[in-house]
Amino acid sequence: MVTRVVVGAHYGLGDWLLQRLTAVVMAVYLVMVGVVLLCNPPSDYLTWKALFAPQWFRVASLIFLLGVFYHAWIGMRDILMDYVKPVAVRLGLEVLVALALIAYACWSITILWRV
Amino acid sequence: MSIAVKRRPKHLDLFTIQLPIPGLVSILHRISGAALFLLFIPLGLFALQGSLASEQEFTAWSGLLAKPLAKLVLIGFIWAWAHHLLAGIRYLLLDVHVGIQLQPARLSSKIVMVLSLAITLLLAIKLW
Repeated sequence: MVTRVVVGAHYGLGDWLLQRLTAVVMAVYLVMVGVVLLCNPPSDYLTWKALFAPQWFRVASLIFLLGVFYHAWIGMRDILMDYVKPVAVRLGLEVLVALALIAYACWSITILWRV
Repeated sequence: MSIAVKRRPKHLDLFTIQLPIPGLVSILHRISGAALFLLFIPLGLFALQGSLASEQEFTAWSGLLAKPLAKLVLIGFIWAWAHHLLAGIRYLLLDVHVGIQLQPARLSSKIVMVLSLAITLLLAIKLW
């Protein structure tokens, strides 16, 4: 007789790793921007706007924000899995969180490239 | 494979037991993370959009940040962010087996609590 242990699809490990990778990406960006802002704090609109003018800064900011959103997805999914037991309610809330985060991602692109 | 379940005594009297400090850091990491998602991501995007849109809106957002209630919200954000970041760094270190013994783990939890409150206090003083 073969005894098998059902252990799931292993996507948990990938998410666990991505949660940490996105955390490191966010920390690096925050240190980078923190240093820039401390060296020359944007006191008026024009210097604030000029900060977002270079293409590389927009791309870096977008990578940071996408990192935030994916990190938030894993975290919120973990919280919902822990506390919301009825499957229908949990699925509904997970869909809401996912839709909100996808909308935030689209919104971020329009914010960064409209400047 | 044995599936025998041991019946162990449970002691959940909340008046005589308390959460150890690494547990406190853990639940606050979760609460601060939920707050960052529910409140501060949308607020941050609104602020970013507004402050970059035009000179008038930039001034309006700067003016808003001068109001006491907005400052309180910002201080709440600073604490949630500082705690989540510092506790997160602690977890990354624990992941690579730095400080996993009981005493260092308790010490690093205390450092996270004190440092996040200190950062919040410092920035609150600067803000006010």
